[in-house]
Amino acid sequence: MAASFGRGAMTNHWKDIKNADVVLVMGANPAENHPCGFKWALEARDNRGAQIVTVDPRYTRTSTVADRHLQIRPGSDIAVIGGWIHKVLEEELYHDDYVRLHTNASFIVSESYRFEDGIFAGFDEATSTYDRTQWSYERGADGFVRRDPTLEHPRCVFQLLRAHYSRYTPEVVAQIAGCSVADFEAMAEIVCSTGTADRAGTIMYAVGWTMHTVGSQIIRAAAILQLLLGNIGRPGGGINALRGHANVQGATDHAIVAASLPGYLTVPQPAQTTLAAHLAAYTPRPAVAGSVNFLSNYPRFFNSLMKAWFGDAATPANNFAYDHLGKPAGDATWLSMWDEAHQGRLEGLVALGFNTLLAGPDVPRLIRSMTNLKWKVVIDPFLHEAAEFWNAPGVDASQVQTEVLYLPAAHWIERGGSFTNSGRWAQWKEAAVDVPEGVRSDTWILSELFWRVKELYEDEGGAWHEPIRDLTWNYVNPREPSLEELAREINGYDLTTGRLLDSFAQLRDDGTTSSGNWIYAGSWTEQGNMMARRGTEDPSGLGFHHGWAFAWPLNRRVLYNRAGADANGEPWDASRAGIRWNGTRWVGDVPDFGATTRPDAAGAFIMTEEGVARLFTTGLVDGPFSEHYEPAESPTANILHERVAVNPTVRWYDGVRESLAQSTDEFPYAATVYRVVEREHFVTSHVPLLVETMPDFFVEVPHGLALEKGVVNGERVRVWSPRGEVEGVAIVTKRIKPLTVNGRTLWTIGIPVHWGFKGITTGAMANSLTPFIGDANTRCPEFKAFLVNMEPVA
Amino acid sequence: MTLSRRDLLKGTALAAGGTFVSALGFDLKPAYAQSRELKISGAREYKTVCPYCAVGCGTIAYVHGSGGLNTTRSVIHVEGDPDSPINGGTLCPKGASQMQLAMSPRLEHTPKYRAAGSTEWEDVDWEWAMSWFARKYKDSRDATFVERDAQGRRVNRCEGIGWVGSATVTNEDAYLITKTQRALGIVFMDHQARI
Repeated sequence: MAASFGRGAMTNHWKDIKNADVVLVMGANPAENHPCGFKWALEARDNRGAQIVTVDPRYTRTSTVADRHLQIRPGSDIAVIGGWIHKVLEEELYHDDYVRLHTNASFIVSESYRFEDGIFAGFDEATSTYDRTQWSYERGADGFVRRDPTLEHPRCVFQLLRAHYSRYTPEVVAQIAGCSVADFEAMAEIVCSTGTADRAGTIMYAVGWTMHTVGSQIIRAAAILQLLLGNIGRPGGGINALRGHANVQGATDHAIVAASLPGYLTVPQPAQTTLAAHLAAYTPRPAVAGSVNFLSNYPRFFNSLMKAWFGDAATPANNFAYDHLGKPAGDATWLSMWDEAHQGRLEGLVALGFNTLLAGPDVPRLIRSMTNLKWKVVIDPFLHEAAEFWNAPGVDASQVQTEVLYLPAAHWIERGGSFTNSGRWAQWKEAAVDVPEGVRSDTWILSELFWRVKELYEDEGGAWHEPIRDLTWNYVNPREPSLEELAREINGYDLTTGRLLDSFAQLRDDGTTSSGNWIYAGSWTEQGNMMARRGTEDPSGLGFHHGWAFAWPLNRRVLYNRAGADANGEPWDASRAGIRWNGTRWVGDVPDFGATTRPDAAGAFIMTEEGVARLFTTGLVDGPFSEHYEPAESPTANILHERVAVNPTVRWYDGVRESLAQSTDEFPYAATVYRVVEREHFVTSHVPLLVETMPDFFVEVPHGLALEKGVVNGERVRVWSPRGEVEGVAIVTKRIKPLTVNGRTLWTIGIPVHWGFKGITTGAMANSLTPFIGDANTRCPEFKAFLVNMEPVA
Repeated sequence: MTLSRRDLLKGTALAAGGTFVSALGFDLKPAYAQSRELKISGAREYKTVCPYCAVGCGTIAYVHGSGGLNTTRSVIHVEGDPDSPINGGTLCPKGASQMQLAMSPRLEHTPKYRAAGSTEWEDVDWEWAMSWFARKYKDSRDATFVERDAQGRRVNRCEGIGWVGSATVTNEDAYLITKTQRALGIVFMDHQARI
């Protein structure tokens, strides 16, 4: 989404879904996994007559309350969305004014761009990467991008888009996805019906989209569709990422991630040997006249972060202690980390609040990698499988040389602090009970680790430890900072006055301000803790609730809301006004635009250097438009380009090619993993009521396949892939129908992920089956589409 | 016939739908009302947020015990926060059973260590545990730290330690993780958003 709009977060928020006319649920199953959020979709149906539709490999609990369901093959999402884009363009169903005003449809792309036989311009076979400069815009003498407002230039984005998706006819899509042309078209009628000013459609997605080798591009395809339909920036519109843990959004905002620093700043690269080089790399220049190009403020955010971390040791004279930050050699995400362990290069691993074993993929490979570690520390309220990997079924503990430490940490109910939900609302919570005897808070453990390592360096010296010496630690109790102190540090200060900041607009790049995370500036001001607000007023009736908690950025509830209005600042739909220009200022939601900036003074998408949203982008490594590639482990050929079946830019870790199914004779069934309402990942295996309601690991087997294989409902079944196997109760179901993929019948098997060997009840680890390969951009593993075989257990 | 309080409550539940006159022929309404009053009487309300998915349902924990001398605060009931604009008082099966997660007897209260090749855990105290942790951490950091890469560029990274998690901690702890671990030079770092 960042590649399309400028920020990588849910555009709207939970309650806003009630404002939609069409709710497309795809790559998610919110009735099951986000029930209290999904009720806003039901509210939209009950109060507005909205249509709810699902597209999924399974008929899900969400499907049961949907107006229409389309079953597709796991991994065929881009083909399906591409088919919708094709329909919208060919039948002119797009929101013409929106597309012209708020997207880069008119931008002209350089002559070097091309797409042939599954490959975009600039591909280097040796490194499996693209030279993305081959996809750049054509610039005029003034340095700005050339545009054709008529959208007729053969190399304008609009025409390239049309050409790219011309191949995605209903017949081709149906063949790839395995559905009928009629069913595809019936779904397309609904999904493509919101391209008018008076209608808004939203999309709810989750890990069903991200967990593919083309995961980022599935979301990109959705972004293209929603931009064509004019659905971004409007109440009732958007692309809404439904996160699976209470603070996935916040942990990402605060950058417990490989490539970013708090607030989506970027981790410095080795080639950026100076601060100036780093800032230059991430401070974009406007691509057109009249682009706000908000990220030109990058140096203010970055330098203020360095002030928050290194205080007086970060000065303009020493480049704000730029050398204090480590510069990674390459990708450092989950899969690469485990690959380092696999190769024996990682010595130690700390897992805090994370079941690193059941999480997968390829659990047998993970166990082998873990046993290569010298030491592992697990910090968690429960003693779970990742702490006891040496005790996993089939592992001989006496052969595992890894030393393991387990630390019992406090639980959410014992701690205050804030969680940021999927809709970017940071909500402060109170500690209900005390941290029990014998248990320590995460804050204490983190501080104690830091202090003890720091003391060891003071005593013994050792590798580069200036940053450890210089790290700011202005807390009343240095051995356990309060969450309030940390929250204020995150918000940031004017260092000349010592006052808390109200907004990131106050941040400076000269060392006079600090902010631990610029997007949270305004969350704790001189007026107090904005995240703890409990105002229930909703004057607009649209569900903004500005007085409840704090939504980043700046308490804005719908991102890109300037695009919810036309050239004159009038909302596309007066009955669902996000923001409106009253002649002197914007009123309504907190504007994603200058509060008093005239509507015609700048482009609506302030976070892109183009000032508009991107139908075409250089922001992803695997193509400016989304293209259908088969899953790494696919049951069929890629009929669009047989020689380039799989995303050509995925990273193949050592031994992974050999660990994939080599033929559909051996592994004939498509499989996908999923979650159920009674469980959440793995922690619920310790909750008696939930275990009672969903006790056993099971495998969802289609009825026709069960007949063919002699699988009996309620009896046991064995499922295996080249990586591993699982055994469990067969749930024979008509919810999954046979598909016809490229002329062949294909069965899909569904497998829930929630079991392991440490709960109240135990069960097979679903991720023993999944492949160790991930998305080309994010390296999110391909849990959602792989191949298996199956037989009844005698 | 002896009726326990539990049976009485069951009877009340069965009689839902407007009448509280059960098959037993007498009105259970007073008993029902009294039991509701008893359950949370004297309890303090704490506003918290459900720990499961990222809908962010507002939750009220009802707590007995002041936390003063000779008392232990204990969650006795959890329900959805009716004021929350997100969930309006509703909770899903997981959210509704939060109390069992909060007060689980399966929660651990002692650090544990498993030696190389051992088949079991041994309990250790926090002093030993943190000193072991810091020692391992520093040794691996020293052994794998790269100040300059092969091209001579200053990179100051620790290549030998990975940090994962967590999407289950607060923003404030998440920030403290990033702050401390980046200062220590950690580059292999991720949480559940990736998977």
